[in-house]
Amino acid sequence: MSETKEKREAKDAAMAEESNIYRPYLMRLEKITDEAPGVKTFRLKFFDEDEGKNFTFKAGQFGEYSVFGEGETTFCIASSPTRTGYIECTFRQMGRVTTALANLEEGSVMGFRGPYGNTFPIDEWRGKNLLFIAGGIALPPMRCLIWNCLDLRDRFNDITILYGATNVANLVYKYELEEWAKRPDVKLVTTVDPGGETPEWKGQIGMVPPVLEKMAPASADTVAIVCGPPIMIKFTFPVLSKLGFTPENVFTTLENRMKCGVGKCGRCNVGKYFVCKDGPVFTFAQLKDLPPEY
Amino acid sequence: MTIEKRTLKKEAVGEFINRLRAGQWQVVAPKKKDKQVTFGEISGAEDICQDYVQTTQSAKGVLFPRVEELFRYQMQENGAQILEREGPPQGTVIFGLRPCDAAAVAPLAAVFTWDYPDAPFKKRLAQTAIVAISCHQADEYCFCTSVGGSPGDTRGSDILLTRLSGGDYLAEIVTEKGKRLVELAADLFTVAPKEEKEKNLARVEKRFDAKKLAEKLPGFFDSPVWIEQSLRCLGCGACAYVCPACVCFDIQDEGNEKRGRRLRCWDSCGFSQFTLHTSGHNPRSVQSQRWRQRLMHKFSYQPDRLDVVGCVGCGRCSRACPVDMNLLEHLIQIAEG
Amino acid sequence: MDALRNKARELLENKLAQVVIGYGEGSLGRVRPVFVKEPAAAVKLVYDGRCLQNLATYLLKPEVKKMGKIALVAKPAALKTVLQLAAENQIVNGEIIVLGVTADGKLIDFPDFKAIEAHVAASGPDLSPEELAVLDRLSHMSVEERWAYWQEQLSRCFKCYACRAACPLCYCTRCTVECNQPQWIPVPAHDLGNLEWHVMRAMHLAGRCVNCGDCGRACPLDIPLNLLTQMLVKGVGEHFGQRAGISATLDHALSTFKPNDKENFIG
Repeated sequence: MSETKEKREAKDAAMAEESNIYRPYLMRLEKITDEAPGVKTFRLKFFDEDEGKNFTFKAGQFGEYSVFGEGETTFCIASSPTRTGYIECTFRQMGRVTTALANLEEGSVMGFRGPYGNTFPIDEWRGKNLLFIAGGIALPPMRCLIWNCLDLRDRFNDITILYGATNVANLVYKYELEEWAKRPDVKLVTTVDPGGETPEWKGQIGMVPPVLEKMAPASADTVAIVCGPPIMIKFTFPVLSKLGFTPENVFTTLENRMKCGVGKCGRCNVGKYFVCKDGPVFTFAQLKDLPPEY
Repeated sequence: MTIEKRTLKKEAVGEFINRLRAGQWQVVAPKKKDKQVTFGEISGAEDICQDYVQTTQSAKGVLFPRVEELFRYQMQENGAQILEREGPPQGTVIFGLRPCDAAAVAPLAAVFTWDYPDAPFKKRLAQTAIVAISCHQADEYCFCTSVGGSPGDTRGSDILLTRLSGGDYLAEIVTEKGKRLVELAADLFTVAPKEEKEKNLARVEKRFDAKKLAEKLPGFFDSPVWIEQSLRCLGCGACAYVCPACVCFDIQDEGNEKRGRRLRCWDSCGFSQFTLHTSGHNPRSVQSQRWRQRLMHKFSYQPDRLDVVGCVGCGRCSRACPVDMNLLEHLIQIAEG
Repeated sequence: MDALRNKARELLENKLAQVVIGYGEGSLGRVRPVFVKEPAAAVKLVYDGRCLQNLATYLLKPEVKKMGKIALVAKPAALKTVLQLAAENQIVNGEIIVLGVTADGKLIDFPDFKAIEAHVAASGPDLSPEELAVLDRLSHMSVEERWAYWQEQLSRCFKCYACRAACPLCYCTRCTVECNQPQWIPVPAHDLGNLEWHVMRAMHLAGRCVNCGDCGRACPLDIPLNLLTQMLVKGVGEHFGQRAGISATLDHALSTFKPNDKENFIG
């Protein structure tokens, strides 16, 4: 007896029933903070409260943020997963979508797809010292991790943050830097490039790698997390190496051109890995395995 | 399930197609159009062209269209509405595909269904059936046997037809879906023929070993062979677009601040801007790097990660290439180098 | 052919050129572009009726320029391309060695652009009688018929940009389609995206195209793209009295104002 069309369709429909992974959550832009020239932080809330309540993510993950009609762009989630009810992202205006984002007003509707990517293995860091090193606009992915760790402070030993920018104006999260500086359980060192200081500047002067060398943090039982422009990372790792850090204990996040964020469109493919799936968090040991195509 | 064998007489093919259409299947098959043979909807067996080694374009557009709407958006007073389109209205039978093309569904599905299942693709896959026809002829561009396939391969087909010496077909019913198609025309599928399948197939000599190539490739990353091979490459997307296993895509928004849609469209790793960052940094700024990516992705990274070779040896890329890049030649050069 | 091979070998032996770009045997009876760097390999070069691709498209490719001084095996359309590229300040006199080959296989060594100009001046019109006949047929269609014809032809296009890649005059490092602020030309290969791409490309070639035919030849889907550019070659000739590829110092017809420009399309 041949199968009826209805039966066949029902079978096929059951097999294919899945939500569309390209469909973004609807988000409302609640708050805009101007961080630095061209750099803004957005606080986003889910339109659908249930979606907001059920949304979880881990430090290191990123999302695809849309301006409907313009496209999507990739940023890490810059707020900590320990703080629920909203997500934040920080970006610099550079291309089509970031320009459209920069022109949005509070109250605008945006899209968000995520969370995607792998995460910092925070659970493996219990009892260790944490050394955060960030440069310029690369503080956002780190900020999520820093707050995550500070909110779980007693799991870790010493926490040291070294953050540098080209000049004082380009330091992001200025208010939070002040908060971290005030905390007795955090050692914060901020620095600006020579020539980037203002008369009132009280922090260090120098690029991140030499300042790090001068700081000479201990490497025993310490995990280092480094985020910054490629050139900063290039000069920072040798310093860490000299200080005794092994490649397995130095973490970073990679950036690459992305579109789908879920390992299908092919753009972020580096060797057999996808930065959107196998990253963006990598150890330096893993980076050695990657062909230099990122 | 074990493959059942039947005979489909040559006169019955037309009626089989009629029954498929009556069963609400859209039938897509190779048709001759001007100078090319390409896939299109047919209304009867007379529309089908069988006199070719390989069609110019693959049939991957049935599962992964050139342009696909992911969703529509409509901004509203206090929010926005996202509307998704219904799946394809009918099931589609791709009739007369070559076995290599049927096998190409595997690399496509591997990418689209790993980890995050791609709903648009899965919907189409669920509603597509493949009735392939074995190859009688092959040319020097074909190399299915080097990548685990063959002119009579059943992988990926729901039904595989092989034309026998008298013109009738051996029908191998490979999957449950194939069984359902046969049920629409059970009277047309008679007892299995005695004639052997193999003597009716084209001969395609194995030219290299895909496993050995996959092992060799990582060591070739810094070899100057990529520069030599890619000198004449123009950096167009012809090879990627005619390839039944190429999957890279772009996402584009079209519309304005009030309403519009988000589309997915084909893209190629061979384009110079494929990996360009907004900052201006381009990890693959030179054609030799992109050529290397193409080969390594298909023959090393995909087998490593997804357990499937990203190529079925159909040879379309070499036939379509304006400057005769001949993939097979380059693969042999590396496999034996 | 021997004359060509000997010349190529000589140039490479005497280090007067570091690479000879010519044609060599390819797959299944085709020819393919070859880059000959060793004198002994000059024997690979062929030249016959199959050699249709305009090799001038490689002249501006950075990887090729890096190889040193180029000697180009130039079929007639490639000669015109060299002059047009010179007119657009992309190559200077003496930068490349141009080896022309006539229809009956004779080698012509052009010492400079002036020699090429003289040779091109003596060659036939831009469009052959057959080509003109096809254009004539198209112009005699009604607007609706012609629109339907092109909609049908362009519906096949899947935006592989082989036409752009093969065209020696499409040398922009950032093509208009790659500009996304704003996205002038839609990226996807739907009807509008295809139409806008091909019309835009044809317009950008108006007054520059030398009718080498590579766009139509390169198209994997057999779309007769060269008809679009041929129509513009004809049009620019009629309205501006100019032909691309005849001089190394030609102004661009559509962006140069001359007081005696025809104004028959105004009013």
